[in-house]
Amino acid sequence: MIEIKNLVVEIEGNRILNGLDLTVADGEVAAIMGPNGSGKSTLSYVIAGKEDYEVLDGEILLDGENLLELEAYERASKGVFLAFQYPLEIPGVATMSFLKAILNAQRKAREEEELTTPDFLRLVRGAAEKLEINQEMLKRALNVGFSGGEKKRMEILQMALLQPKFCILDETDSGLDIDALRIVSEGVNALRDEKRAFLVITHYQRLLNHIVPDTVHVMSKGRIVRSGGKELALELEASGYAEYSTEAA
Amino acid sequence: MTTNPATESAERPAAQNFPADTRLAQHFDDFRSRLPDGDGSVVRRLEAMEDIQRVGVPNRRVEEWKYTDLRAFLHEAAAPASRPDAATVDAARKSAHVLADVPAARIDFVNGYLADAATLPEGVSVVPLSKALAEAHPALASLDQVEVANGNALIDLNTAFVDDGIIVQVAAGHEIGEVLHLRFINHGNTPFATATRVLVLVEKDAALTIAETHEGHVAAQPNSLVAFVLGDSARVEHVRVNAEGAGAIALSTLTALLGGEADFRSFNLVAGSAVSRHQLFIACQGENARVTIGGVTMIRGEDHADTTLVLDHAVPGGESRELFKTIVDGDATGVFQGKIIVRQDAQKTDGRMMSAALLVSPGATMYNKPELEIWADDVQCAHGATCGELDEDLLFYLSARGLPPAEAEALLLQAFIGEAIELVEHESMREALNALAVKRLENRS
Repeated sequence: MIEIKNLVVEIEGNRILNGLDLTVADGEVAAIMGPNGSGKSTLSYVIAGKEDYEVLDGEILLDGENLLELEAYERASKGVFLAFQYPLEIPGVATMSFLKAILNAQRKAREEEELTTPDFLRLVRGAAEKLEINQEMLKRALNVGFSGGEKKRMEILQMALLQPKFCILDETDSGLDIDALRIVSEGVNALRDEKRAFLVITHYQRLLNHIVPDTVHVMSKGRIVRSGGKELALELEASGYAEYSTEAA
Repeated sequence: MTTNPATESAERPAAQNFPADTRLAQHFDDFRSRLPDGDGSVVRRLEAMEDIQRVGVPNRRVEEWKYTDLRAFLHEAAAPASRPDAATVDAARKSAHVLADVPAARIDFVNGYLADAATLPEGVSVVPLSKALAEAHPALASLDQVEVANGNALIDLNTAFVDDGIIVQVAAGHEIGEVLHLRFINHGNTPFATATRVLVLVEKDAALTIAETHEGHVAAQPNSLVAFVLGDSARVEHVRVNAEGAGAIALSTLTALLGGEADFRSFNLVAGSAVSRHQLFIACQGENARVTIGGVTMIRGEDHADTTLVLDHAVPGGESRELFKTIVDGDATGVFQGKIIVRQDAQKTDGRMMSAALLVSPGATMYNKPELEIWADDVQCAHGATCGELDEDLLFYLSARGLPPAEAEALLLQAFIGEAIELVEHESMREALNALAVKRLENRS
């Protein structure tokens, strides 16, 4: 379970998150929707541990442990996973070497045995196949020359391999065509179980047709201003965010 | 001491009174007295020493030495090594480990002296330099044809002090499958200087893969010169590793004279020595020659590493690619000076030069100086130079996947230099270079 309490965050003196409260229970898929600039991406970065932000107040608890006291890599090995809106290209780092490095780093942090090469290959091949990621893609440098859809599938592949407790999907639908959206959503849905929690950040209701949320939260001016069930997403799609932009102003 | 009164003048200060000048002059006199009577090389040695003494050992007021003050670095120029005894040779060869896993025919130099040569592949012949020098072998003059190297102080010093080396010749049409590995191993407890010269003549349509490694445990002061001459359509892949001891002052020069359609590749890894300067002077004399030069420099502490390249396109159709990567850690200083000259006749030249440096500590310094000098009008030339830090966003991406900072940095640094190591076509050498680089990164602190 993730509990965010009264989170206040600034960047270069500008307040982005303004006393945000949010709880996502085990097994829950929570969607956050909101207009541009409402602080959605900042929330995802702050949970993952990006250093550019100044946290002035609040807590982020993962199963009771305050993530704010941990470095980004420690949060990752505790089970936090952020699927980036814009996954980064890393020239010169082969995708397979990268996957092996991150898997083993997390296993090491949890004092588990490193994977043997055959086990690793079997694991990656199985997961890649489900996401329609071919061998050729795995041989290339990470995300270099990948299409937008390929990059997002690569994010989901990493999520599938790392088996995190809490997954944040930051605008995973941006730049995806309808087929890629389906593949990515199926990949996410396959990971849903009674323990794993998801925070799905999106502008549009479209993604939520594929990844059906348990709860929907509307974010504006750095706070959750309304919460409801999946029907709230449909309502927003019809009415737009105008109401929230003015309400919080 | 030999001086040339004609060049002495009132306005020029007594340059040769600096410690570097005084010591080198003294060492030269001692060295000369060791030469056998009637040695054919004496005249050239004296001329070279005069060239140095006329203006003094170059300092930072000389343009090509602006970032590498040779006069300061040679403040304590060591005396030339003496020929090692059998026990030293044996111990040195046992300690050698650089590129040891690469299958090769090996020729060893210990403390600058030819120690042992393997059975050579068919088509390769080797003449000891001592013999060539005494007989004024005609191949020795090939160096003078690399015009852009003329008057260079390191070459002059090498000419003055050179005491051993070899001439390697690959007969026309022979493609040598086995790597020829020249190992320069320095062994001993006290600083000493060495001066070696290797001439590599690869005749028409012949091909050679050659490795040149420099390693040792002392504060050696090697001055190494390797001169290549490639005939028409000859191909050479050259890999060089500087893994000298942490106190070494490693001075080296590579020259190459390329015939028509010749293909020359050279890669240099700097993973050792306190001070290094690696100079490359490459002249494309035949049309449509191809040149690929790569370099990776990994320095730290108070290290100083300089790569200086002059590439001279004199005739049409030449193609050159240069990629240099430098990682500067600690309070180290990196220098890259690269110049591509395209002469008036060298139409359709296609040249690209890139030098990228990563400064991974606040005390690190890099001087990047790319130059193009183009006299022809139908050419494609580009150069780039960057100095930067590791990308914070990439580091965050990796840490968000669970990689601790040191591992994330190592992965990115490996990727950074990997692009240049990729230029090495010989697979087992490329792997060995990668392994050496990774080991050097693991020892960062």
